Amino acid sequence: MSLKKKISMTVNGRLVNAEIEPRRHLVDFLREDLHLKGPHLGCEQGACGACTVKVDGQIIRGCLFLAVQADGSVVETVEGLTKNGVLTDLQESFMRHNAMQCGFCSSGMLLAAAELIEKQPKATREQVREWISGNYCRCTGYHSIVDAIIDVLDARAKGQKIKPVLADA
Amino acid sequence: MNKPSDLKGMVLDPVTNDQRYIGHSEPRHGARRLLEGQGTYIDDIQLPRMAHVVFWRSPVAHMKIGKIHTEHASKMPGVLAVVDGVQMAKICKPWVATLGHLAGMKSAPQHALAIDRACWQGEPVVAVVAETRAQAEDALQHIDVEWEELPAVVSMETALDADTPVIHPDLGDNLCFTRSLDVGNVDEVFATADVVAEATFGFGRHTGVTLEPRCQIADYNPGDRRLTVYHSQQAPHMMQDLYCRQFGLSESDVHVICKDVGGSFGIKVHAYPDDFATVGLAMMLERPVKFVADRLESFTSDIHAREHRIKGRIAANKAGDILAFEIDDLTAIGPYSMFPRTSAIEGNQVVNLVGGPYKHQNYRAKLNVVFQNKTPTCQYRGVGHPIACAVTEGLVDLAAQKLQMDPLEFRKRNVIPDDAYPCSGISGIKLEVLSHEQCLRTIEKMMDYSALRKEQAELRKKGIYRGIGFATLIELTNPSPAFYGVGGARIASQDGATVRMDPSGVVSVLIGVGEQGQGTEGIYTQIAADAVGVPIDQVRVITGDTDVTPYGGGTWASRGAGVGGEAVLLASQALQENIIKLAGAILNRPVAELTARRGYILDKATGEQLLPFSEVGRVGYFRTDTLPAGFSADLMVTRHYTQKEYPFIFTNGVQASYVEVDPDTGFVKLLKHWAVEDCGRVINPMLVNEQVRGAIVQGIGGVLFEECLYDESGLLRNGSMADYLVPMANEMPDIEVAHVETPTQSSKLGAKGAGEAGTAGAPGAVQNAINDALAPLNASVFDQPITCEKILRALKKI
Repeated sequence: MSLKKKISMTVNGRLVNAEIEPRRHLVDFLREDLHLKGPHLGCEQGACGACTVKVDGQIIRGCLFLAVQADGSVVETVEGLTKNGVLTDLQESFMRHNAMQCGFCSSGMLLAAAELIEKQPKATREQVREWISGNYCRCTGYHSIVDAIIDVLDARAKGQKIKPVLADA
Repeated sequence: MNKPSDLKGMVLDPVTNDQRYIGHSEPRHGARRLLEGQGTYIDDIQLPRMAHVVFWRSPVAHMKIGKIHTEHASKMPGVLAVVDGVQMAKICKPWVATLGHLAGMKSAPQHALAIDRACWQGEPVVAVVAETRAQAEDALQHIDVEWEELPAVVSMETALDADTPVIHPDLGDNLCFTRSLDVGNVDEVFATADVVAEATFGFGRHTGVTLEPRCQIADYNPGDRRLTVYHSQQAPHMMQDLYCRQFGLSESDVHVICKDVGGSFGIKVHAYPDDFATVGLAMMLERPVKFVADRLESFTSDIHAREHRIKGRIAANKAGDILAFEIDDLTAIGPYSMFPRTSAIEGNQVVNLVGGPYKHQNYRAKLNVVFQNKTPTCQYRGVGHPIACAVTEGLVDLAAQKLQMDPLEFRKRNVIPDDAYPCSGISGIKLEVLSHEQCLRTIEKMMDYSALRKEQAELRKKGIYRGIGFATLIELTNPSPAFYGVGGARIASQDGATVRMDPSGVVSVLIGVGEQGQGTEGIYTQIAADAVGVPIDQVRVITGDTDVTPYGGGTWASRGAGVGGEAVLLASQALQENIIKLAGAILNRPVAELTARRGYILDKATGEQLLPFSEVGRVGYFRTDTLPAGFSADLMVTRHYTQKEYPFIFTNGVQASYVEVDPDTGFVKLLKHWAVEDCGRVINPMLVNEQVRGAIVQGIGGVLFEECLYDESGLLRNGSMADYLVPMANEMPDIEVAHVETPTQSSKLGAKGAGEAGTAGAPGAVQNAINDALAPLNASVFDQPITCEKILRALKKI
């Protein structure tokens, strides 16, 4: 008895057609079927934010979203947003501040931060803390993540980029 | 006398001949891939024929296991095996987790899958393996276990009462371990002291909540009879040894690989029943089996920690001298001592550490470690330190309050002075060299203490209740074999590093201490680059593979920098010597005339570049025929390091917390947190800062939010991330960190550990800040987590 459903969506710029079980979560579809391991599963109940991906321009919890719901949508993950440069400034800034330790939260944290930069370019330190308070980080204590995001906001306000971190530069 | 100021010069002295990276905030270049979604965590690995296991776990705290019906589950789509404890025990031996040096300690045999009885909610009983995780979970619903609930021991307070059931009748009682210590003349001092203060401290049982759950893939290849385990773990060689012993294999049959680990904090340094069960299933099925705990499984089966109740008192004289401490510690550890580190260490540490920063000469401690039917507890970041520190510092503040002395002045007067080392603490701990006085002076300046007190006083007039709290602390790091080895646990305190120069002049470092996010790989890169003499982008670090790296202990007790770092330094310096020797042979010049710098062999006298390392490598690997007879170009060197001079190398530090308490709601707002940390030589200030900050926030979780809540029958009430509160970004303060560098002389590098002190000090500092805020209202709370409700109760508002 196959209850599989045909879906098609654009994932990181490429059209994907698949036949999947309706109960399959978007994050499982991305990870298991498309081998995009960037979004992580921390709680599978929408609390931790590690599975954050973008659907039609908005960040969502990949573990609370069924793959069939994304039928016809544009889906972007940390892999795609790295390749197209959307996350570059944030990634360089996270490197500079060591705003990641184990890295398990990082893809979700970066996507949340990118949305903040887009929607609240003048966010204060407190507003940054508030914005990322839906994403767990168990390693950093958040201070360095806030510093890293603030630096990107400052740079953007001045029309600048974050200087790339190079080994032995 | 090792006065830190005398040693200051040594800190500034480079440890290598061209130091460019050690001591600098070099970013972790190797971590970039984690920011690009390109890490390799266990769940990211897909192997051919890989099956998935899920576990039927005990739904109650204590039960008799009856008949297990597996017929329906076995017929579900994709199911490959359904295995119970009796079947598993045919290949996996049970274990008893005790340590020889903890006299009288006892525990009961524990199986990979429970047999006959399950002793906590969450204990694995039946394993279901299927082609996919979803199929395994579907089949799990059809496992039918007949069970009968047994009386559960839930409260530790009554665990030793005569009418409380004994969890393991063979042990005779519910006492795992007890210890007493009595030094000096405690009774007389308390009877005659000018001031005695006392309090009962409570600590909520909590857990580590690694964002990546515990997980592993076990793969058994029947062709070469070899077990490979991919594991999210801190101590690969320890696990290799345990798999050998429980399954009757030898080290050459067992390969443990730890790739990226999504947070560990001590949670992933233990051997769990489901670890062994997953390995056993892979051996039975002769194919890879993946286990990834879901979040409820994490909450009920990851180790818990810190459930303590401590009655403590302190004696002081009018002049402001602390005279004595006394504690009575009761702690509960679940139904079994955890394998292989045991669950008595935490309480034992509390006994060793209470009063540790101070120069009092009288101390009495009593410890009872009891069994109960809750999730087993064991070592979690800080291990006993946060408890000992909160008790000590809470009592210190109470005494200062009674004496009407400023708490910072009181501490300055009583800490062991910086020129008194080496010495012994009153509990018998050996202290090599600490810097309490310098740390206290530093924090006073850093936080502008007098201005803060003024602000506090001004705001109090306006009905705003702010408080300042301090916590002075010591932390044991760089352990010698005294921690586990002497007690019979096969856990290495030594670590080895192999450093190799490849033909083109790039360097590989292989080491047993792995990376779980702390930045160990980053600091090893820095050390190797400086000590071999190459640019940092030419060093690659390889960890977490028992087939490849030297044998070592892994990550625990804040040993990565102090022990692992020293091994890398020694091996890298030895490699540089060999590179110079080889260059001397190539150039036909005495070694004494040559030096190495930034990838080149130089003429020592003129600084002229003579040969690039790539040329040394080319000759050393491909044209050995041109070298003198009998000359061996050893471009790969291994060195091991064990810290043997002291049982542990203690670090010290002080933290301060500034909070505002709303007396109407009991809500605590954290305004600011400061930390001064002395971890000896700082290899990377940014990484130490981040270790300190992250650890402080985990400590804040313990003092304000985190607690595994159980109902009267021993069922966990908050086993989800929505119900179990951990610190989030919006409620955490900014944290300022400063360093004092007092190197240990037990190593060349002089580094001590930095990973846990933050967690050790934060609960005491925040607790004291809250009580300072509440002091004008004559209220105090010493029961952690200090929730709004507890504050309102203390204020008699509810």
